[in-house]
Parts: sequence; structure tokens; C-alpha cells
Amino acid sequence: MKRYVTRPRINSPRVNPDGKMYPSSLIEETVVRLLRDSECRLPPDVHAALRRALDRETEEMPRSQLMLVLSNVDRAKELSVPMCQDTGLPVFFLRGRCDGRILESIRKGVARATEEIPLRPNTVDPVSRENLGSNLGEGMPPMHLEPADQDHLDLAVLPKGAGSENWSALRMLNPSEGMEGVRRFVIECVVNAGSRPCPPTVVGVGIGGTADMACALAKKALLRRLGSRSGDTVLAELESRLLSEINSLGLGPMGLGGSTTCLDVLMEKAHCHTASLPVAVSLNCWAARRAFARIYPDGRVRFSQGGFD
Amino acid sequence: MSVRKLNSPMGEAEARSLKAGELVSLSGELLTARDEAHLRILELVRSGRELPFRLEGAAVYHCGPIMRRDGEWKVVAAGPTTSARLDRLAPELIRRCRPRLIIGKGGMSTQTLEAMQEVGCAYLAFPGGAAVLAAEALPEVLEVHWEDLGMPEAVWHLRVENLGPLVVAMDSHGRSLFKEVEDAVRKRSILL
Repeated sequence: MKRYVTRPRINSPRVNPDGKMYPSSLIEETVVRLLRDSECRLPPDVHAALRRALDRETEEMPRSQLMLVLSNVDRAKELSVPMCQDTGLPVFFLRGRCDGRILESIRKGVARATEEIPLRPNTVDPVSRENLGSNLGEGMPPMHLEPADQDHLDLAVLPKGAGSENWSALRMLNPSEGMEGVRRFVIECVVNAGSRPCPPTVVGVGIGGTADMACALAKKALLRRLGSRSGDTVLAELESRLLSEINSLGLGPMGLGGSTTCLDVLMEKAHCHTASLPVAVSLNCWAARRAFARIYPDGRVRFSQGGFD
Repeated sequence: MSVRKLNSPMGEAEARSLKAGELVSLSGELLTARDEAHLRILELVRSGRELPFRLEGAAVYHCGPIMRRDGEWKVVAAGPTTSARLDRLAPELIRRCRPRLIIGKGGMSTQTLEAMQEVGCAYLAFPGGAAVLAAEALPEVLEVHWEDLGMPEAVWHLRVENLGPLVVAMDSHGRSLFKEVEDAVRKRSILL
């Protein structure tokens, strides 16, 4: 089900003075809106998954944790404030024709959103730990670019909190370990993370590529709608199997026990070296935040929290 | 299950009366502290200097809030952070400063549990990410210390009103609900 609104151009001329598409102010405005939507409103599929989890749990402990989580989500939406104080690092995914000016507009949008929403200033220098207060800094925000010959520009944001990001893991498996090795590694990651990434989590898995690609694929998997399945039939089956196995562990909401440890397992793959089998895991907390925008050359923007097909 | 009302600061006897599995709600005052604040607290107390706030008997909240200043500071969102990150520093802080309550998410190590047992301190869990509900229970900023550490890392001295329900997840009798669940999860995972 697609949920989006169409809205008119925002403070932007139909044709930019320099003749380029996607005026800077439109990109900046879109980024602020994407961050506001993702931080203050849980995607409908994630909300529904949490509701189903509450229906499924019978014990008081997991039920109490899920009820607090769900009423928190409702309050955040009503008040239009971030549902979690860890507003994360805003990880961006772009597809289309992009240039330095668009990237600069995204940075401006992040700084503005930090002030206006407000977001917590999370970005610091890794050595001095200095915080510039704007969520900007060297290499920040993270942006994954996918050049594509299309007229519209797709922009997605995945605000990623550190509680879950700190449990990211990569392993270069021996190819002979195969998908059984992948399955074992994913379970090991979930068990090691335990209560700390704020379960019930969404488990993103990247398989193949190079080491860096596997990590990026695991992150990208988290953009997918819960319940969607990989186009690879073997992986699709493994996603479902891992979902039920992880939920049989009994870790439960917030690690206090229960039958909901994970909301879904989502896998992405790329071809890899014949001597390698990289696998990366990126966990997302129950606040699996995301938002998408599709910007058309005429200045129209469509927004969604489920993604575009 | 009924929810027991607590007030902080609190004395040792009351902290020791808390039992793992109980549900509680907290009123009174608390101090936020995470990585940078723990480091600075230890640096000061190790060299015999005084802290600008009182930790003995206090409730320490593992939290880096989002704050907004409209004339005065207001709490916008203030859920707990991952307590396990502070396991490196917490045992020494608990022994030296003697807080009675620690509020966080995800639980802490056996070493921290031992320090809590020694001193008489309990760990209260609130769901990670329940930041708006927590903010609504934190109606007033009494003081802010060490703003130079940045908004999330500063020590916010806050008034708290009915924060909860919180789960007593680690008590001063050596019991940790997180540890019990984790041990069971590890056993089951071997069979998968």
C-alpha cells in the first residue's frame, strides 16, 4: 500500500536560474520534511508489526514493554517530536542524477532539521569527540549514491541510532560455509547484541560484494518494507526461516524475555569473488525509522514511508 | 501487577528492599550521566576534588536527552541509552559515589551488579526509545552541569514525576533479569 502526498513546489521557480533541475531550496526543504516524518512517525508497516507483536505476547513483561513503546510512538506523532532521543545519524540514499550542489543542499537540510525539529546533535569528531552541534562534519551525513538515468530524483533517509548501529558486524566467510554459515552468523550477531540494540529489531543482512559493499547492502536492506521478500528464492526462504528462529530465542522486547525478538529479516545480495563470501549484519531498533521522497523535474515531490516500487 | 511508588534521592534500606521483577514508578530528582560525564566524575573523585552535584543517594539516568531552550530549558525527548557502554566505568563510580538507583536500558555486567550489591543500589529498566513518555515525566530542569560536553553528554539535573512503569531489572541481592534471559537465549541458540 502506497502512502504519499503530492504537494506543490516549495519556494522554487519552475526553472532554476542556472537551468538545473531540482533547485537547492527544494532539496533542502525535502530533506527537512523527510527527517521530520522519519523521526516523528513510525512507518505504517513497522507500527503494524509492533501491534501484531503485542497481540502475540501473553506474558506481562513483554506486553508492558510493547505497550510503552506503542504509546510512546502515538505521543511522538501527536506532538510531532522525535520518538527517540537518539535521532541517529541520518543515512541518505540517492538514486538519479546527482551533483555536488544536491549533496550540499542535503547537508544544509540536515543542519536546518537539527535546529528546527529539533534533532539531537550526535555527530562528533572521532578523535577529539568535539561536537559541532549541527550533525555535520567530515564525511557527514553518510550518503549512498546510485547514479541512474531517470528524470526524477529518489531520496531516502534512514536515521540510524547508535544503540543498534554499535552491533553491526562483518564476517568474511569461507565460501564452503555457504548459506548455512550465513544463517549461523546472523543468529550469533542477534545473540551477542542481546538486549542492547532495543529489540524487537529489524535484521538487515548484506551478502556478497566486497567487505564494504556487504556492509552497505545490509544497511540498504533496512529500507525495505517489513514482510517483503528477497527476489532470490533461496534468500527469501532464509529470511523467513531466520525470522522464526530468532523469535524462538526468547530474548523478547528490550531483552526482558518474550516471543518477539525481531520484526523481520531482510537480505540483499551482490555477486562476489569466487574465493569470498562476505556477510554483514546491520540491526535496526524497534524504531525502524525511514522516509522516502521522489522529486520530479517540475518541482513536484511525493513522500512515502513505505518506499516506491 | 501493582506499581510501587519510589522517591529519589533515597536511602540504602529502601534501595535494598527493591526486588528484581517489581514494577515501580519514580518521582523526585535525577541526574543524567553517560560516557563523558562518567569519565569526568571519576577524574574528579579520584583526585579528591568535589563534584558540582550530589551523587550519594541519587538516581543516575543513563540518558542523553534532546533539550530545547525557550527562555528556560525544556526536555523534548529523553529515553534511556545503552547502559552496557558504561560497564567499564560504572563499578568504580558506584563504589565511590554511592548512587541508589540507576535507570537505563539493556542491563549491565556482572561486575557492575557486584558493585550494586556491595553498595545497595538497584537498576531500573525503561524501554529504549520511549523518549517522549520519559520527557513527559521530566517536567523541570533544576540545573545543567558541564554543558561543554555537548547536549547529550552534559549532566542534566531534572525533576521527575511518575516516570514509569520501570522494571527493577537488577537488584542489590545479585539478581539480574537481563542475565537470566541472556543465559537462556544462549542455550537455545546452540540448538538452532
